[in-house]
Amino acid sequence: MSEQDIQHEQEHHIVSPTTYAIILLALLVGTALTVLASYFDLGEWHIAPGLTLFWNPVVALAIATTKMTLVVLFFMHVKYSPKLTKLTVASGFFMFLVLIGMTLADYFTRAWGRW
Amino acid sequence: MSDSTAIANGAAAEAHHEHPPYQRHHFETVDQQFDATNFAMWLFLLTEIMFFGGLFTAYLIMRNWYYPAFVAASHQLQIKWGTANTAVLIASSFTMAMGVWSAEVRRRKSLLIYLGLTLLFGLTFLGIKYIEWHEKWEKHHIPGIHYSVQSFVNPQSDPEVWNEYHDKPLQADMAQKTEEYFFLYFAMTGMHALHMVIGVGILVFMIFRAKAGAYTTGHVTFVENFGLYWHFVDIIWIYLFALLYLISRH
Amino acid sequence: MSAATIVSLPDQSTARIPRMNFLTKENGLLSWLLTGDHKRIATLYLISITFFFFIGGALAGLIRLELLTPQTSLMAADTYNKVFTMHGIIMIFFFLVPSVPATLGNFLIPMMIGAKDLALPKVNLLSWYLYIIGGAMGVYVMASGGVDTGWTFTTPLSTHYVNTHVISTAMAAFVAGFSSVFTGLNFIVTIHKMRAPGMTWFRLPLFVWSNYAASILMVLGTPVLAITLVLIMLERTVGIGVFDPAKGGDPLLFQHLFWFYSHPAVYIMILPGMGVISEVVSTFSRKRVFGYTAVAFSSVAIAVFGFFVWAHHMFIMGISNYAALIFSLLTMLVAVPSAIKIFNWAFTLYKGSITFETPMLYAFGFMGLFTIGGLTGVFLGTTGTDIHLTETYFIVAHFHFVMVGGMLMAFLAGIHFWWPKWTGRMYPEKISQFAAVVTFIGFNFTFFPQFILGMLGMPRRYAAYPPEFQALNVFSTAGASILGVGYLLPILYLTWSLKYGEIAGNNPWQATGLEWQTQSPPLTENFPEIPIMDHEAYDYEWLERQQQEEVASVG
Repeated sequence: MSEQDIQHEQEHHIVSPTTYAIILLALLVGTALTVLASYFDLGEWHIAPGLTLFWNPVVALAIATTKMTLVVLFFMHVKYSPKLTKLTVASGFFMFLVLIGMTLADYFTRAWGRW
Repeated sequence: MSDSTAIANGAAAEAHHEHPPYQRHHFETVDQQFDATNFAMWLFLLTEIMFFGGLFTAYLIMRNWYYPAFVAASHQLQIKWGTANTAVLIASSFTMAMGVWSAEVRRRKSLLIYLGLTLLFGLTFLGIKYIEWHEKWEKHHIPGIHYSVQSFVNPQSDPEVWNEYHDKPLQADMAQKTEEYFFLYFAMTGMHALHMVIGVGILVFMIFRAKAGAYTTGHVTFVENFGLYWHFVDIIWIYLFALLYLISRH
Repeated sequence: MSAATIVSLPDQSTARIPRMNFLTKENGLLSWLLTGDHKRIATLYLISITFFFFIGGALAGLIRLELLTPQTSLMAADTYNKVFTMHGIIMIFFFLVPSVPATLGNFLIPMMIGAKDLALPKVNLLSWYLYIIGGAMGVYVMASGGVDTGWTFTTPLSTHYVNTHVISTAMAAFVAGFSSVFTGLNFIVTIHKMRAPGMTWFRLPLFVWSNYAASILMVLGTPVLAITLVLIMLERTVGIGVFDPAKGGDPLLFQHLFWFYSHPAVYIMILPGMGVISEVVSTFSRKRVFGYTAVAFSSVAIAVFGFFVWAHHMFIMGISNYAALIFSLLTMLVAVPSAIKIFNWAFTLYKGSITFETPMLYAFGFMGLFTIGGLTGVFLGTTGTDIHLTETYFIVAHFHFVMVGGMLMAFLAGIHFWWPKWTGRMYPEKISQFAAVVTFIGFNFTFFPQFILGMLGMPRRYAAYPPEFQALNVFSTAGASILGVGYLLPILYLTWSLKYGEIAGNNPWQATGLEWQTQSPPLTENFPEIPIMDHEAYDYEWLERQQQEEVASVG
């Protein structure tokens, strides 16, 4: 290995197999949890007349998002990546949420009728 | 390539630093090359997020409008296959990450094993997908000319699903909306499967190259960047599973 | 026009084009078709987009000819629909979107940041091939009968009611879209990771900032167009019903997804042009751009806000009143950064040493016409007035003012500005100035009447119209013929200049910027050694010191 190669490796943190194994376990547990949760009626939250939040999809998406976060941070090394990578990932999610959120804003407010 | 001839001509300027053979000549250092290509891969994944985003948007709107149809239709998907596929893909992400680790610590045999396992898991996923889709074909739940709303208008005609869920029969117009669910199901899992197939193809290529020792001499970029792609496809499935299979099973 | 000029050419009796440059480095067709050199790829793009520009222009000519008379005289209404559809598709996807980024951006960005090439040369070549494939599919569509849905593919017309080549066109746009994505991706990686030592973000030329902002839009926006086109194709083939009310779908969903890309697309088109204007205005006022930081950040602000306003194309389509309110408010916001740029360019001119070479003429045209176009955009962003003006010729005039009066003029400004660097030759100044003026006059005659037509109520996309609108339409068509001459002239004299133009030397415009410190045309590797950036952008004092040193050392 030349000097450059050694330096190259030191700058790239190598995530250990143990970490990967722990994450694998966490992901499988999350999967089991989310399947289990779908078999129960978790109820709802009546925020306002005509505006109700059902907990089942919220829980399912929350578990999915947790699993995604673990994959992104550890399997995809983002925890050990430069700030630019983190910023890039964040901006991707942000734009994804803008697409969905602002489009749904139209659909959800159609029922509100005229002023 | 014009690059190499340029270097030959500008040899005097280049002679002051040597570089590994896999460093392209428009980069000044190996690190710059690794950083740049890694960043490029992330940007490509951003385009993929937005690409799938359109499908997720359509799905969320339709689900909100036709919730009973979506519930009934999702009961047609067997949770055992969905869960199995999720576990398979998560395992494949693990083996892929281990593959990247093997390349980083320069263990060729280990890399080959993990790439092979990842390929195996990928093919298993596709196999299970085929089983599921075939079942949909047999039950006339593929949108199009042969689509049938029988299972939803008269749930008792479908004993497997009836025994588990005892769904109420849907009105004709709501039952027709189950076709929307299945369209989105096939569009989203189909697009996902297409990405899996491409991934599997690249994996096969990588296994050949790994055998030749291409990734265990310090040049891990290709494996690392492919790993990012593979994990991304896994993440898409994590959400597809939550949204398509787990709408409501109570 | 004052006779003052900043042009400084080498002694023509002894000057020669440098023997070794990127054009002469290798010979043969394969060396061009398999090149990784960003400058060669830029050249390939320049030839390709010029080809498509003239096809799109011919279609525009057909539109204006048809509209000379109130009845459908030249062609059937269905054919007219095809003509304006193809005109839009070609001009947007195959000309405007790649225009500055793929030609000037590809050519200049590595040099401007002090790099030897873009980060991903092979991806760059792939971009060009995707463009050509998409373009070939577009030509196939035209040859086999065209498509008549309007470039906006509005559902359910495009999915259920027409039997023209919607799927092929969607595929062509799909492929061309990925060309755009890869170009943008390449630029972002290059600008982040390959700047020369000392080239901090705030020493970058504003052209780089503008292309960076446009690249963000390309990378994040275009994939949504891609999936939308896929959905159109599926709707037409399988009939899945996601846009079909009869099956429970929503036609408006298509519009949301389509405009999510297509609005940022207009900023993809204009931002690189604004980058050109920054460079040109600075050089021909001999002054650094006023408020560099504001201009740089305004580019990024346009990119970010540009993603939040798309439904202003849908005010009358059935979105909720609340959504219309939000999108209208946000549209007001997005106008602000554009205005900031105009003000900053104006302040750059103030107390500058202004000369009127051709690029500067185009830049002045840009500033006036883009301002008008942009202001009319504010009228359209206001929901109340939009209800009356939308789908009329007011919209047509608005976007032609910003895209043609704005972007196309900026493109021509850029081509003229960097032509000496690209080819090593100058073009004949008097003819080029004449062409710029002809273009400006022709443009105004063509498109200003269309504002009036729109306000009077003439709908867009109609082959026939009420007879009281004829006078203004004839006026517009007359202007279009002048405009055509204005666009034809550059092709002629620029081609002529390749063989007979004066030798330009390294820096005929006395401009700052690393690209002007190299030979014209540049070497394949741009710089024999990576330069070290030790001065701010637009540092004319540094340039003067440089030139004095040269004189001193040669003398």
